[in-house]
Amino acid sequence: MCVAGIDIGSITSKAAILSDGKIIGTKVTFTGYNAALAGRKVYEDLLDELTIDETSIKKIVSTGYGRNSVDFVDKAVTEIICHGTGAHYLNPHIRSIIDVGGQDSKAMIVDQDGRVKDFVMNDKCAAGTGRFLEVMARALEVDLDSFGLQSLKAERPSKISSICTVFAESEVISLISKGEKRDNIIAGIHESVAARISALAKRVNVRSPIMMTGGVAKNIGVVKALERKLGMSIEVSEYAQSNGAIGAAVMAMKL
Amino acid sequence: MVTKLKVILTLCFVKIKKIMLAVKKKKSMKEIMTVYYMEAKTAKLSGKKVAWITSGGPVEPLIAMDIIPVYPENHGAMIGASKMGVDLCEKAEEMGYSRDLCSYARSDISCATVNGGPIGGLPKPDMLICCNNICGTVLKWYEIQARYYEVPLFILDTPFCHTEYSEEAKKYVRRQIEEYIAFLEEVCGRKMNYEKMDKVGRLSVEGQRLWQAVLDTATNSPSPITAFDAFFHLALIVTLRGTRIAVDYYKNLLEEMYQKVDKGIGAIPNEHYRLLWDNLPIWYRLRWLSNKFADYGASLVADTYTTAWCGTLKYIDVDNFLDSMAEAYSRIYLNIGIDEMAKNVIEMIDKYNVDGFVIHSNRSCKPYSLGQYDIQKIVQRERDIPCLVIEADMVDERNFSESQIATRIEAFMEMIKEQKGSWSRNSNYTE
Ligand code: SF4
Repeated sequence: MCVAGIDIGSITSKAAILSDGKIIGTKVTFTGYNAALAGRKVYEDLLDELTIDETSIKKIVSTGYGRNSVDFVDKAVTEIICHGTGAHYLNPHIRSIIDVGGQDSKAMIVDQDGRVKDFVMNDKCAAGTGRFLEVMARALEVDLDSFGLQSLKAERPSKISSICTVFAESEVISLISKGEKRDNIIAGIHESVAARISALAKRVNVRSPIMMTGGVAKNIGVVKALERKLGMSIEVSEYAQSNGAIGAAVMAMKL
Repeated sequence: MVTKLKVILTLCFVKIKKIMLAVKKKKSMKEIMTVYYMEAKTAKLSGKKVAWITSGGPVEPLIAMDIIPVYPENHGAMIGASKMGVDLCEKAEEMGYSRDLCSYARSDISCATVNGGPIGGLPKPDMLICCNNICGTVLKWYEIQARYYEVPLFILDTPFCHTEYSEEAKKYVRRQIEEYIAFLEEVCGRKMNYEKMDKVGRLSVEGQRLWQAVLDTATNSPSPITAFDAFFHLALIVTLRGTRIAVDYYKNLLEEMYQKVDKGIGAIPNEHYRLLWDNLPIWYRLRWLSNKFADYGASLVADTYTTAWCGTLKYIDVDNFLDSMAEAYSRIYLNIGIDEMAKNVIEMIDKYNVDGFVIHSNRSCKPYSLGQYDIQKIVQRERDIPCLVIEADMVDERNFSESQIATRIEAFMEMIKEQKGSWSRNSNYTE
C-alpha cells in the first residue's frame, strides 16, 4: 500500500511516498508564492519520478505552513506532530528533535512511541532560521551550500552580538569593512544561529538522543556549533529536509 | 447658547433616568454599561465628579463619596475588542511614545487627544487615582494624563509582596488609605460618610463573592462558563464593584449558571478537554480563539485574569473593610512573587481539573508576562500537564500572527489528544 506526505514550507515544499511502510522516494522543490500549487507540483513530480500512478496512493496527509491550502489531501496535521512522527520513524530511539526550517525553528520532546510530549517554536523573527543564513551568505557572497563547511575553517570566530537579522547584517558588513577574515565572520554567524537555537532547545529541556531536521540540518557548521552549545551529539539523517513529509506519510498510513 | 446646552443636557439626563428604569427590569450588560458611561459623560449636569482609576485600585471610597469611577483599562479593552487598537497605538507612536509601551496606555493617551475610539473618548476626569499594585507603567501614564487634563493625581503605592505582607507594609498602605480619603474629601469639598463607606464595603465583598461563585461553576463538567464568557461578564466587577447594580447582575448570572449546570448544558457543545488561560485576553481575537479551541472540544474553563477581581477575598474582613482592604489590594496576583503566582496557578489546575495550560505571553503587560516560563516549568514539574505559550498583545494586533498561533494551538491540541488518547471526561465521548 502506498501513502504520501506533503510538507509545504515557507521556502521549500517536500513530498515523501511510502510503500508498505518503506520510503520509496522523497522530493524537494521551491514553494514560490502559491502554496497550493507548490504542494500539488512537488507531489506530482515525485509520482512522475517514481512512475507511480496517483490512484495507487491510498491516503495523503499535508503539513507545514501551507497544509490547509491543498484540497486533495485526506488530512492536514501540524508540522510539530509530523516532525515528531518522522524522526521516530527514522530512529525510534530519538527523544528530542530540533527542526530548523526557512522561517521558523522548533524543538520537540517525544516519548518512546514518537508522541510529542512538549514543544517550543521561535517567535515571529527570522533570526536563528534558514532565512538568516541565506541573508548572511548573500552579504558575504558565499554559496549557501558551502556556507557551513567554510565556517569550520575559521581560526577565531567573530562575535556577532545582534540577534536581529537586519542589525546582524549591518554588523557583518562593518566586520567586512574592518578587514576581518571571511571564514571568521562565517563561523561567527553560525555561532550566533546556534546560540539562538540552543536557547530554544533548552527551553524544552532537550535530551539525548537528539535529531536535527529541516533544511538547516544540512549545514554542518550549525550542527557542530549547536553540538558544542548543547554539549550533546546530534544525529542528522539523510532525510533531514524531508522529515516532515515522511512524518506526514507515516500519519497517512495510520488513517 | 448656554441655555441651549442646558436643554440638551437636561434631555440627556431624562433619557438616562429612563434607561436606568429599564435596566432595573432587564439588567443586560450592554444597558448597564451604556447608562454607566452616559452618566459619567454627563456628570457635570448631575453635579458629580469623575475619577479615573487603575483597574487594580481601591474603588470603594470613590463609590462611597458618590464619585463616578472610570477605568482607562476597561476603555482599552473596548478599543481592543472593537479593533481600533492599531490605529490609536500608531497615533501614540507618532506622538513619540515607544511601541514597547503597554497598548492600553498608548491607546488611552492618544485617544484623549482625538476623542476617538468606540465611545468617542472617555469622560474628562476631575481627578486621577493610580494604584501601582498592577504595574509601574500606570505611574507614568497617569502622570501624563494628570498634566494633560490639569487635574490632581493621587498615587497609592503598594509594596511588592514576594511572600508576605509585613507589619511595615501594612502600616504604610493603611496610612495611605487615610491620605486617599483625605484627598477625595479635599477635591470634593465634603467629608466621607463612613456609614456609607461601610455599606459600599459590604456590597463590594458581596459582589466579589458572587463573582467567585460564578467562576466556580466551571468546576462542573461540562462547564457552563468559559474564560471567554468571563472576559465579557467581568466588566461590572471591575467598574461597578461596591454597588447594588453589580451584586444584582451577578446574582442573576449565578442563577443562570446553576440552571445550566442542572440541565447539564456546557458552554461549548462537546467538552472533551478543559484548559486554563493565563494573562489578559486577546481582545480583538476572542471569537477566533474560542472557535479554534472549541473545534477541538476544548473549553477554557478558567483563567488567572478574571479571578484577580475576587482572588484576595480571603484577606478581607467585611466588618473592618478599610483596614483589610489595604492588605487585599496589596496582595493581588500581579503584586506577588513568582512562586506565589505558580502556587495560585496550581491551585486552579486542581480546582478546575484542567488538562492543559495556555499561556498568553503578552507583549504589552510585562508584570504579567515576566516569569511565565518559570511558572510553566513549575507547573510541568508539579502537575506534568501540557503547556502552550502564545505570543501576542491584548490590543495591538500588529503583534498577532494568525498562522503561527493557529499552528501552535493545533499542535498543542493534537498533543493533548494523543497523550490522552480517546480518554475523555465525558463518558459518552468516544474517538
Ligand atoms: S502593563 Fe499590564 S497591568 Fe500595566 S496597565 Fe498595561 S496591561 Fe495593565
